Amino acid sequence: MTKNNQDWPLWEVFIRSKQGLNHKHVGSLRAADSSMAIENARDVYTRRMEGISIWVIPSNLITASDPAEEESMFEPATSKVYRHPTFYDVPDGISHM
Amino acid sequence: MNLEQALYKYVLRLGDDSLILGQRLAELCGHGPILEEDIALTNISLDLIGQATLFLEYAGALGGENKTNDDLAFLRLEKEYVNVLLVEQPNGHFGDTIMRQFLFDAFRKPLLEKLQNSSDEKLASIAEKALKETKYHLKHSSEWVIRLGDGTEESHAKIQESLNTLYRYTHELFYTDEVDLMLNKNNIIPNLESIKSQWENTIKEVLEMANLSLPDNNWKFEGGRQGRHSEHMGYLLADLQYMQRTYPNMEW
Amino acid sequence: MKNIDIKVLEEKFQKKIDQDIKIEPNDWMPDDYRITLIRQISQHAHSEVVGMLPEGNWITRAPNLRRKAVLLAKVQDEAGHGLYLYCAAETLGADREETIDDLHSGKAKYSSIFNYPTLTWADMGAIGWLVDGAAIMNQVPLCRCSYGPYARAMVRVCKEESFHQRQGFEIMTKLSNGSQEQKDMAQDALNRFWWPALMMFGPNDAESKHTAQSMNWKIKRHTNDELRQQFVDVTVPQAEILGLTIPDKDLKWNEKKKGYDFGKINWDEFWQVVGGNGPCNKERVDARRKAKEDGKWVIEAAMAFANKRSAKKSA
Repeated sequence: MTKNNQDWPLWEVFIRSKQGLNHKHVGSLRAADSSMAIENARDVYTRRMEGISIWVIPSNLITASDPAEEESMFEPATSKVYRHPTFYDVPDGISHM
Repeated sequence: MNLEQALYKYVLRLGDDSLILGQRLAELCGHGPILEEDIALTNISLDLIGQATLFLEYAGALGGENKTNDDLAFLRLEKEYVNVLLVEQPNGHFGDTIMRQFLFDAFRKPLLEKLQNSSDEKLASIAEKALKETKYHLKHSSEWVIRLGDGTEESHAKIQESLNTLYRYTHELFYTDEVDLMLNKNNIIPNLESIKSQWENTIKEVLEMANLSLPDNNWKFEGGRQGRHSEHMGYLLADLQYMQRTYPNMEW
Repeated sequence: MKNIDIKVLEEKFQKKIDQDIKIEPNDWMPDDYRITLIRQISQHAHSEVVGMLPEGNWITRAPNLRRKAVLLAKVQDEAGHGLYLYCAAETLGADREETIDDLHSGKAKYSSIFNYPTLTWADMGAIGWLVDGAAIMNQVPLCRCSYGPYARAMVRVCKEESFHQRQGFEIMTKLSNGSQEQKDMAQDALNRFWWPALMMFGPNDAESKHTAQSMNWKIKRHTNDELRQQFVDVTVPQAEILGLTIPDKDLKWNEKKKGYDFGKINWDEFWQVVGGNGPCNKERVDARRKAKEDGKWVIEAAMAFANKRSAKKSA
C-alpha cells in the first residue's frame, strides 16, 4: 500500500449556522470515514456554537468549474440586465410592484 | 450520617470522577495522534472539567464548611479524593485512553439518565447538562473502540490488551455503601444494579462489533471510593495541586 | 507554455492583485507565488501546532478550575488554527502529512518564540499578552491577504484569537495586583518574553529577503519593522497599567515620530534560535514527532477499518 492510501482522506465541511439558512462551506479536515468526519467537523468547526447541522463530503467527489473558462461561463449573464427588476421603468405612484 | 452529608459524599464522587478523568485527558492536549483527534479529546476534557466545576461547587455548598469548588479540587489530601481507580489510570497509548473512556462513558450515561430525574433538583439539573455531553463522549469512544478492534492486527491486539488491563477496574464503578443506600431510599439516586445491566449491554454490544472479548480473569480492584488510590494518583495530584500548594492563599 | 503566454498570464494575475481581486485555488498563479504561500502558510500552521506545547506544559498545573478550562480551550484553539492553515496549504497542493514531515526533519521552520521555555504560571500570562498580542498584529492584515483560502482561514483565526490575548492580560492583571511573589513572577515573565516577542516580527526590513515581493503580491500588507513599532507602541502603556517595567533601558517616547524608540534586538540570538539552538527546539520537535509516530498505528487502523466497511457495503 502506498503512503497516501494510509493517510485519511480530505473532507469538505458545510455548516448550517441556524434554522432557515443554507449550509455554507467552512473549511476542510481529515477523517477516515464519514461518521468520523461529522464528529471531527463538530469538534473543529462548531466549538463556538457556529452551527446546528453539518454536511461533509469527500473533497475528491466535488466537481468544480474551470477558472480558465470563467469568462465564457459567467460573463454572458452580465449582459442580461433585463433579468433584474431595476431594469424596468415603473410610473410614479405605482406601489406594491 | 444525615441525608445532606450522604449527598455531599455522593456528589463528591461524581465531581472527582469528572475532575480526575478531565485532568488525565488534559495531559494529552498537544500530543494526540492527529490534530482532529487532539481537538476531540480536549473537548471531552473540557466537558469533564466543566462537570467537575459544577459538581464540586454543589458539594462545597452541601459540605457546610464554606468550601469552594477550587478548595475541593485542589486542596484535599490524596485519601480524601473518592474517584474510582479507573479514571486515574495513566493515558498509556491511544487504545488505553479510549478504552478507559469507553468503560467510563458506558457507566456514566445510564447513571446520568437516571440522575436527571433525581428528587434533588440541583443534582438533577447538573446531570441533565452532563448527560448531553456524555452521550457524545460515549458515541466517540465506542466508535473508536470498534475501529481499533476491527482495524489492523496491531490495533486489535493493542486494544484487547487495554481491555484486559482496565477491565478489573470496572467492578468499582458499581461500588455501593450506606451513602448509596440512604440516597436511593430517598429517590435521590438510582439503584446501581439497574445501571449495571445497561452498562453490561453496552459493553457487550460494542465489544462484539469490535471483535473483542472480555478477559477471563475477573479479579476486582477497588479502593478509590474509600480514598485508597493507585500509585499513579500521587503524581497526578502533584501536578494538579502544584500551584495551590506552592503558593497558598493567593488569587490567580 | 510559451514564454509570451506566461507573460500575459502574469500580467493578468498582477492586475487582479492590484484590483484587490482574491486569488482562488484553481486560478492560474506564478510558481513563486505558490511556493511563497506554501512556505508562509505551512510555517504559520507549524507555529500554531508547536505553539501548543509551551502552554500545554501548564494545563495540568493551572492554579484553579477556571484557569484550567480557559487554558485548555485556548491551546485547543491553536490546534484548530493549525488545522485551518494546513487545509489552506493543501488547496495549493501541499499535502499535510508531507508538510508535517518537513517540520519533523527540521527542514521547515516555525515561530522562534515557541523555543523558549515556560517556567512559571506567569508565563501563561506573558504569552497570552505579548505573544498572542504580537501574533494578532501580524495576523489581522493577513485577513486581507490576496490568497482567498488563507485570508478566510485568518478571519476565523483572528475571530477566535480575540479571547487569547485578553485571558493572558487577565492573568497578568491578577498577578500584578497580587502578593510580592506574584508581582515578581509577572516581572520575570515579562523580562524573559519581551525581546523574543519583538523578534516574532522577523528580521529588520533591510534584512528581510521576501518582504518586497510579498508586499507586491499582497501576501504581506506591512513590513516587519512597521508591525514591530506598532506592537511596542500599544504594549508599553499596557505594561505601565500593570505596573511592570519593560526590560529595555533605551525605551523612550519619541515625540517627533509619535512612537517609542527602543533598544537593539539581539539578532545573533534570533538566528541561533531559528537555526535550532534555542533552549527548547529539540524538545518541541521531538514532542511533535513522537505524537505522530505514536499515533501511526491509530491512523492506519482507522483507515483499514474504513476500507473494510466500504468493501462490505459495496459487496
